[in-house]
Amino acid sequence: MLYINCPHCGMRSQNEFSYGGDASVKRPLLNKEVSDQEWDDFVYNRKSLRGKHLELWHHISGCRQWIKVERDTSTHEIFRTFKADEEVV
Amino acid sequence: MQKYSVFNLIKNAFSNHEKWDLAWKDPSPKKEYDVVIIGGGGHGLATAYYLAKEHNITNVAIIEKGWIGGGNVGRNTTIIRSNYMHDDNGLFSEFGMDLWRRMSQDLNYNVMFSPRGIINLAHSDAQMNVYARRGNSMRLNGIDAVLLNREQVKEIIPMADFSENVRFPIYGGLMQPSAGTARHDAVAWGYARQADSMGVDIIQNCEVIGFDVSAGKINGVRTSRGDIKAKKIGLCVAGSTNILAEKLNMTLPIETHLLQACVSEPIKPVLDNVVTFGAGHFYISQSDKGEMVMGGDLDGYNSYAQRGNLPTLQHVLTEGIAMMPFLSKLKMLRTWGGIMDMSMDGSPIIDKTHIEGLYLNCGWCYGGFKATPASGWTFAHTIAQDRVHELNAGYSLNRFNTGFLLDEKGLGTKTWIS
Repeated sequence: MLYINCPHCGMRSQNEFSYGGDASVKRPLLNKEVSDQEWDDFVYNRKSLRGKHLELWHHISGCRQWIKVERDTSTHEIFRTFKADEEVV
Repeated sequence: MQKYSVFNLIKNAFSNHEKWDLAWKDPSPKKEYDVVIIGGGGHGLATAYYLAKEHNITNVAIIEKGWIGGGNVGRNTTIIRSNYMHDDNGLFSEFGMDLWRRMSQDLNYNVMFSPRGIINLAHSDAQMNVYARRGNSMRLNGIDAVLLNREQVKEIIPMADFSENVRFPIYGGLMQPSAGTARHDAVAWGYARQADSMGVDIIQNCEVIGFDVSAGKINGVRTSRGDIKAKKIGLCVAGSTNILAEKLNMTLPIETHLLQACVSEPIKPVLDNVVTFGAGHFYISQSDKGEMVMGGDLDGYNSYAQRGNLPTLQHVLTEGIAMMPFLSKLKMLRTWGGIMDMSMDGSPIIDKTHIEGLYLNCGWCYGGFKATPASGWTFAHTIAQDRVHELNAGYSLNRFNTGFLLDEKGLGTKTWIS
């Protein structure tokens, strides 16, 4: 069982969350010519890092907010969590 | 190489079975090979075997970080099927079914292929319609498919829940009678033994550290056991694809996820077929030892851990018990996990890459085991001829760019949703 510290609600079990994928993926900017390669990178291509991975989770059975989670993909250890609009440094 | 036969079995009995040849050798890597296959799993071993057998290329090395057959070929639920709707998937898998049927003879190794049939259960009228369509598509591609009604399913699997007031009543199912199971380890060992006998070097405990690429061409690979030169290198590393792609500065339409499976304590024969639940993701068969072999959903987040978490297992087994209530009485014997190379449309990639001499075989999602022979055969062809075979033409890497996706389930790019 993973325990995720929701920045809005506190520590909750993984059963309350659903996964949302790699949080480092950025949508190409609006009102700008977008190349095929940029679309590919946004829609399909993923680094799928081993080790520290910043990802989106949705607290669907809780506050229903999207959050960012920094988690190790080889040990499942969770280091930090952020609000969705927080910048991660 | 000694042939495995009744005659040799009797002969070796006189020497207490102490004089059998080793099934494969343990060589040190040479400085250079014609082809290096990275990954000593089912697909890598099959590729080396077909390179030697079909294309007469025997100066080949398989390099494996751990031990051969220790990854997904040793961790799956052994299901073999070709019940796909899309032509590319159906024809590829059905070609594989032919190879499965003669594999034990081909390899002189009993892979215990058991064509016991697979039944996908349907739980609504709409689902029966979808299965009728899939069954028709399969038959157009020469794959056997039978649409069963509720009574017919009840005759085959009476232990499923046919009571009246259930959440997901069984309306019927789609059966592929020629589908089945095989002994997964034997597949890896059989390919390894034959490949070795034809001159392929199987090099274990040999980790890839980096690649030697210059002017868009691959020249070799750097490993923990020294540099190895090769003009052609095939990548067959399933869940580790992204890790090696990073060393090549490639970003692929692949995400690595965790899938669990489990077996119950052994019980007397009760289930003759492979059965899948239609209202969720759960599949079950009974092994020759009597264990119920079960699996289901991904754990649902990126992972390289090769071990699972309880909530998913609980969810999967809840589905199992909804389908076959007697499962609740069984004790769990073992659970384990493997890491899946989930592609963004659910179909694999067997293709050349933008680097000359580098070939890619990945994206098998949950379906890698059944594809072992067809994957090896087509990947060997792609490497040997430097062009894709028509069987794997649909499994191109650039389909994500051109829009020719092969989304069998219509799930889109959220690979962890199943």
